[in-house]
Amino acid sequence: MSDTTALRDLPAYEAARGEADNPHSAVVRFGADTPLQLDAGGVLTPFQIAYQTYGTLNAARSNAILLCHALSGDQHAANVHPVTGKPGWWETLVGPGKPVDTDRFFVIASNVLGGCLGTTGPSSTNPATGQPYGLDLPVVTIRDMVRAQAMLVDHLGIEKLLAVVGGSMGGMQVLQWAASYPERVFAAMPIATAARHSAQNIAFHEVGRQAVMADPEWRGGRYLNEGTSPRRGLAVARMAAHITYMSDSSLHRKFGRRLQDRDGHTFSFDADFQVESYLRHQGEAFVDRFDANSYLYVTRAMDYFDLAGDYGGVLANAFKGAKTRFCLVSFTSDWLFTTADSRAVVHALNAAGAQVSFAEIESDKGHDSFLLDEPEFFAITRGFIDAAARAVGVK
Amino acid sequence: MAPRDLTMREAARADSGKRVDLLLIAEMVKPGSRVLDVGSGDGELLELLATTRGCDARGIELSREGVNAGVARGLAIIQGDADVDLADYPDDSFDYVILSQTIQATRRPKWVLEQMLRVGTHAIVSFPNFGFWRMRLDLLLNGRMPSTENLPYSWHDTPNIHFCTIRDFVALVEEVGARIDRAAALNGYGHPVRFNLPWAVWNLLGEQAVFLLSRKG
Repeated sequence: MSDTTALRDLPAYEAARGEADNPHSAVVRFGADTPLQLDAGGVLTPFQIAYQTYGTLNAARSNAILLCHALSGDQHAANVHPVTGKPGWWETLVGPGKPVDTDRFFVIASNVLGGCLGTTGPSSTNPATGQPYGLDLPVVTIRDMVRAQAMLVDHLGIEKLLAVVGGSMGGMQVLQWAASYPERVFAAMPIATAARHSAQNIAFHEVGRQAVMADPEWRGGRYLNEGTSPRRGLAVARMAAHITYMSDSSLHRKFGRRLQDRDGHTFSFDADFQVESYLRHQGEAFVDRFDANSYLYVTRAMDYFDLAGDYGGVLANAFKGAKTRFCLVSFTSDWLFTTADSRAVVHALNAAGAQVSFAEIESDKGHDSFLLDEPEFFAITRGFIDAAARAVGVK
Repeated sequence: MAPRDLTMREAARADSGKRVDLLLIAEMVKPGSRVLDVGSGDGELLELLATTRGCDARGIELSREGVNAGVARGLAIIQGDADVDLADYPDDSFDYVILSQTIQATRRPKWVLEQMLRVGTHAIVSFPNFGFWRMRLDLLLNGRMPSTENLPYSWHDTPNIHFCTIRDFVALVEEVGARIDRAAALNGYGHPVRFNLPWAVWNLLGEQAVFLLSRKG
C-alpha cells in the first residue's frame, strides 16, 4: 500500500492491520543496542514507535509539546486519520492558531506502547517468530509507555519539553512524565485523569476484556494467526466503555427515549431506541480501527496505574522538589475521572510545593468533554501554554 | 458565592484603576517573595504581585468563574476552599499568605488565620471594618443590619458571615498569638487614615483595614 486512498479501498480492518507494522506515520526503530526496560521485568527489543509531528522545532529546541493519547486514541491527533478518514482526535485543540498552536510549537504525538497504529503492540510482528505477538507481548504499563516516549524525545534531539499534555490515559502519562522525568518537563497538563485507576474503572475495563475474550473468534489471543477477528466482543467492550465516557444528561439530551426510524416498539431485540443504534454504531466503527488484543493491553496498563504506589504510597513524594508547573482540568459531569480525582493530585502537588493551577469546567458531556468543543477549556489551555512559552522565552 | 465584595472593590479603586487595598498589600510584600493569595478572585492581586514585585504568586479561589478567568490569563490558581484546602499546604511553604476582603466570608476565620501563619512566614489580611462610623450610625438610627453602598447584601443573603471590627480583629490576632508588623486603615474615600491614632479612632474612621502579621518568636 503506498497511499491512503488505496488503503481506503480495502476493508478498513485490513487497513488497520497494515498500520501495525508499516504505519502511515514517521517510525523510529530501536534495535538491540537500545532495548526498552519493562516494569513486568525483562526488556522489549527490538521495538518501534510511530509518531506524528506538527509545526517546526525552533533552533533552541525549546518549543516542543508532547501530546499523550487516551485508551482509544493514537498518534493522529491533528491530521486526517489514515484508516477512518476522519479528522484527528484533538483537532479542536491542536493546529495553526489553536490553543496548542502549531504555528509556534513543535507538537509530537506518538502511538502508545501496546497500541495498534504502528508502535509495537500485540498486533505487531514478533521478530522472533515472524508472527503477530498476540499475548506473547509482555504486559506493559503507563510507565513503560512513558519510558518509550522519552526514547522518542531523545531521538528527536529534544532535552526538555515545553509541555506534556494529555487527557484520561494521556493524563496518566503526563503525571508519569512529571514524576519520572521532572527535569525534562517544563509544564504539565493532565486533563480529566487520576493518579490511580479506581476500582470502578478497573471493573469497567474487566467487563470489556471479558467481552473480548468471550468471543470465540478471539482464539486465546491468536485470532490474527488463525484469520479470525473477535469483532463482536470488541464491539461490546466499546459499547460498554462508551457509556462511561458520556453522562446521564448528555445521553438523555442526545437520544432521550426516541425511537430509531420506527413509529413504535417492535417487541423484539432489534435496536428500537436511538441510543441502542448509536452504541452499535460506535462499537462497529471502533473494531474497524482498533485491535482487540491492544484493547486488553492498554486497558491493563491503565488498571495497573497507581503513581503513589511507586512512591511509598504518598503521592506527594512523586512530585517532590518538582520545578514543573502543572495545570489540571476536570469536568463537572465526568464520573469516570472525577473532580475529586484531580483534586487529589492537586493536594499532592500542593504538599510537594509545586506550582499548580486547577480548574473545573462546567459541562454535561461527561468524560469525553476533553475531546469536545469546550471554549472555557480551550481558553485555559491557551493561557497555560502561553504562560509557559513566555517563561521559557518561546516566541 | 463571591467571596469578595465587588462593590467595595470598585468603590475603592485608586486613580490607577487598582484597588487601593491591593496596592497597599503589594507594597507590604518584599520583592521576589513566594506568595499565596487566598480568595484570589480572577487574579488581579496575583498579576500585580508578579508584574510589580517579581513574586512567585499563586492563588486559591472558590468561584469557578474566577479560577478559569485567571488560569486563562496564565496565572497559577487552583479552585479550592480556604476553609478546607489550606490544610494541604506544608509548613512555611510561602513567604506571605494573603487574605484580601475574604476573612469575613470564611466559616472558620480563626482556623484560617492560624493556617495562614503556619503555611506562610507572614500573613496579610485586609477586611471591611464593621466598626466604621457609618455602619454604627446605620444600626443606631435605623435599628436594622447595615446595608451600605459598599456592603449591599441583606443579612439573610450574604457571603459575609463573619464581620468584625478592627478591634475585634486585633483581639483575634492576640488570641492566635501573632504579631502585628504593620497596619493601615482606609477611610470612606479609600485614603489611608493617619497613622499615629489609637485603634479606637481607626475603628471609627477606617472603612477597611490591612494588617501585616507574623508568628511570634
